[in-house]
Amino acid sequence: MTDTTVKKRKKWSVFDIVAFVALGLLALVTFFPFYNVLIISVAKFEAISKSDFYIFPLSFDLSAYKLLLQDMKFWSSILNSVIVTVVGVLFSMTISVAGAYALSKRGMPGRNIMLSLILFTMFFNGGLIPFYLVVKDLGFVNNILVMIIPAGLNTFYLIIMKNYFNTIPESLEESAKLDGANDLYILYKIIIPISAPFMATFALFYAVERWNEWWYALIFISDAAKAPLQIYLRETLITSNSLLSQMAQTMAEQEQTGKVYTPALQMAAIVVSSIPIIVVYPFLQKHFNKGIMVGSIKG
Amino acid sequence: MADSVTARTPKRSLRTRAPKQSLGKTILQYKYFYLMVLPVLIWYALFSYAPMYGVTLAFKSFNYSKGILGSPWIGLENFQTLLTDPDFRRAFWNTVIISLMKLVTHFPMPIILAIVLYEFSRTKMKRFFQTILTFPHFISWVVLSGIIINILSKDGIYNQIIMLFGGDPNSPLVDESAFRPVLYITHVWREIGWDSIIYLAALAGINPELFEAAEVDGANRFRRLLNIAWPGLKSTVAVLLILQVGQLLTQGSSFEQIFNLYSSPVYSVADTIDTYIYRTSFTIGSDFGYMTAVGVVKSIISLILLWAANSFAKKMGEEGLY
Repeated sequence: MTDTTVKKRKKWSVFDIVAFVALGLLALVTFFPFYNVLIISVAKFEAISKSDFYIFPLSFDLSAYKLLLQDMKFWSSILNSVIVTVVGVLFSMTISVAGAYALSKRGMPGRNIMLSLILFTMFFNGGLIPFYLVVKDLGFVNNILVMIIPAGLNTFYLIIMKNYFNTIPESLEESAKLDGANDLYILYKIIIPISAPFMATFALFYAVERWNEWWYALIFISDAAKAPLQIYLRETLITSNSLLSQMAQTMAEQEQTGKVYTPALQMAAIVVSSIPIIVVYPFLQKHFNKGIMVGSIKG
Repeated sequence: MADSVTARTPKRSLRTRAPKQSLGKTILQYKYFYLMVLPVLIWYALFSYAPMYGVTLAFKSFNYSKGILGSPWIGLENFQTLLTDPDFRRAFWNTVIISLMKLVTHFPMPIILAIVLYEFSRTKMKRFFQTILTFPHFISWVVLSGIIINILSKDGIYNQIIMLFGGDPNSPLVDESAFRPVLYITHVWREIGWDSIIYLAALAGINPELFEAAEVDGANRFRRLLNIAWPGLKSTVAVLLILQVGQLLTQGSSFEQIFNLYSSPVYSVADTIDTYIYRTSFTIGSDFGYMTAVGVVKSIISLILLWAANSFAKKMGEEGLY
């Protein structure tokens, strides 16, 4: 290992240089918008209006963050999203791990029919209106559970998990069975512990999905007190409907000194709401390559 | 054939399990697995198959108080209305154009990126680039749209650069000719890194000895790419292409992306079937039966596309999905 790295450090082929430049440019273009968010969020109004070209942080001012953190609706939406994420991941992981494990058992009668029925849903669905009516009849309107239960299963993850379980040698389970353990116990005590990194990856995938959830809220939740973070962000960033963006606008209109720049407030909202993703991202990054590799599309 | 039978016979006799077991006994043996899979089956029954039954609404005149079951049948009337509805036509063609153009502009990108990353020999830097390029995938379209709107706004960085070079400030998000390219570019921005992972996995699965042998034989980088890397990638590319064509109208016309970026000035080029159904059903409050018919047409076209892509892949000598 050290041998090859030392050897490689010595020579940069022409291809490496070209690839480095191309990848570097691509990375810069990908990363720049996020950097832009950060510097705008700490910008003073005067600094922005004075300079035409705002690429470097010309000022540092946390008043946008202060204003944001005073907004009660921001906190209640965060609380809703935390609940949805924590309970949602528990729900999603419980049913998809158990389901995927059972579906990985080749000898189970009816397994192929079940798999076909599940795969079929990836290509055909009833569409929005029938879905809306069914979910409404089940009592999910203005119910925070809509973001946990109907949103809670990802067919693609289920299939990858199933493929992963197929790679675990059966001898492991057979020895436990000889000791008298039943299949539920084996899953809980043997299979899940040995595949902890894999489980963690999918728990994180589900967590990101729940944290980013807004579609179910858009359709089923009209009660502002039950809105998740992404709906709050949508109102602040896109429709400028939130109390916060209105507040910032009035402040800008009043032209008072030390006022908060509206985009600064919006970008501050992005920064604060992205913190959880930035925190879990290194863990995601570490495992997802492996996770995807283990269970590629077919199997 | 005969060989394989004789080869298999001794193995079978070595098996300890009974060769023939009654179905009832087998099912009993798997009882805990049925218990484990039950919640998943209930979930699909409730949230996938019950709405599929609701498709019958497309042949009914929906009456809120009577529900799906009680609403009166009207035959194909909803589908006939659809043929003459200019809004549906516009949404239909926008969906087809946006999805196809997204496929054309995006699909090759992650493959190229994967090949470049694979051939790039600096391991640590490779990981660094991958980390940055996959990041946007984990940010919601709501937030990304907020960022895009800010960048393209009147005093955003885009117009600052335009003015620096003496151009006139403009806003692509309300410009009919610029809106779709914004969709294509931001889609590549969000997904290129993430989508390349699966191809990198396929490339990692190629036996490195093949590359070494090719190098010994004097093959250059391009030859190795063409004769070893590409054959190793081909089946993954085929499967993903089929999947994406099959989901062209659903994923390709990404509701989340368009819905968060569009506004009334660009409806003519951006209103897709999904946004049309959502907008008219939940804000204007149009007939649910008719809107279900719109959804059904979309689903059927998706199925036909999937079938066509799969047969095409099989004709080209690839495995296909089914």
